[in-house]
Amino acid sequence: MVDTRGLSCPIPVVMVQQAIKKDAPAKLEVLADAKVAVENITRLATTNGYQVSVVEDGLDFKLTLTK
Amino acid sequence: MKEKNWLKSYGLIILTGIVVGIAALVLTAVGNPKNMGFCIACFERDIAGALGLHSAGKVQYMRPEIIGIVLGSMVAALAAKEFRARAGSSPAIRFVLGLFVMIGALVFLGCPLRMVIRLGGGDLTAVIGLLGFLAGILVGVVFLKKGFSLGRAYSVRKSEGFMLPGVMVVLLVLLVAAPQLLKFSEEGPGSMRAFWIISLVAGLVVGLLAQRSRLCMAGGLRDAFMLRDFTLLSGFLAIWITITIGNLIMGKYNLGMLSQPIAHTQHLWSFLGMALAGWGSILLGGCPLRQLILAGEGNGDSAVTVLGMVVGAAIAHNFGMAGNPDSVVDGVYKVGGTSTVGMVAVVLGFVVLAAISVTHLPGKENA
Repeated sequence: MVDTRGLSCPIPVVMVQQAIKKDAPAKLEVLADAKVAVENITRLATTNGYQVSVVEDGLDFKLTLTK
Repeated sequence: MKEKNWLKSYGLIILTGIVVGIAALVLTAVGNPKNMGFCIACFERDIAGALGLHSAGKVQYMRPEIIGIVLGSMVAALAAKEFRARAGSSPAIRFVLGLFVMIGALVFLGCPLRMVIRLGGGDLTAVIGLLGFLAGILVGVVFLKKGFSLGRAYSVRKSEGFMLPGVMVVLLVLLVAAPQLLKFSEEGPGSMRAFWIISLVAGLVVGLLAQRSRLCMAGGLRDAFMLRDFTLLSGFLAIWITITIGNLIMGKYNLGMLSQPIAHTQHLWSFLGMALAGWGSILLGGCPLRQLILAGEGNGDSAVTVLGMVVGAAIAHNFGMAGNPDSVVDGVYKVGGTSTVGMVAVVLGFVVLAAISVTHLPGKENA
């Protein structure tokens, strides 16, 4: 689980990029609390061949990246 | 299908770039300074002057564009349910970063947005600024890749998020109802201004679109280098192309280095000033325009950054750090640029940014 909540752009997307580079996981869960982070992470994940599902949880977003 | 995806990814950001470009051209045509339809650094500097925070008589005016951008962003964020009051991510450090970003920009004579506007006017001295901006961004990206972070922000009471928009409303009321309380330039760039309603509307439209599209001058180059993501960069390029075409159509495109409007040929310090602004913008997570947008979305840390930029502008002018444009005196071309104090401030800025960058890497939590 990568928790990007409270971190300002572009740190969330950098964290996800590093998690993908490190292990190339088949599934990665990411927590975010800003729409812009969700958009950026989704763009990065899609470019890297992941499918992304987003679930809103109160003020937060839970992204699930799967290959 | 592919075409639809492309439009979805790039449509809004390119539209925003085109609108910003047109707004800059229109504002220049109806009174704003040449090649300065929209300049966040210059206009925050003018606001600092209007409030008497500095006494440089040529750069004092309560610029409605800035007010409009913050309020436009707030309206867009509220409508999209993206307004969230949050703060607590190293506010004092952000204040200082904002201050040095402003000093760097004023040494060059323009924020990253004005740099693009100058490029669109054919001002080749801005190419030197662009190279410096790129260099600063690359240094910032190195630290981002090493894990640089100013830490997490947290949800706070809504009043924190509405504070800077509230300040902007007060400034607007002062401009409209009590201008005698403010200082307005009678000559120089501060005296060149579009009618306030036009400026305010332009600011509102740009603020609204920039909030929706996430337009950011620093973010465009950063994402292109670091993530191979060209979305934000397309907005940057759209502004450049729109302004170039507009100036060509209106016969105002003047390709060259000499006698450019409010610009100087002290190239080394143009480069270094924008390098400082670029590096600082990367550490802050966005350019001066983006800080206004984030502050409009309820981000208290960005509001503090904006205040740091306003104070930086006041310091830059009180201590003669801001660049002077080239001029022609008695038929002789006089090269402008910054003073020794300005050069020292830029070098000091690099030292401060290096210290902040290094002490905010992983494993330096006790620094």
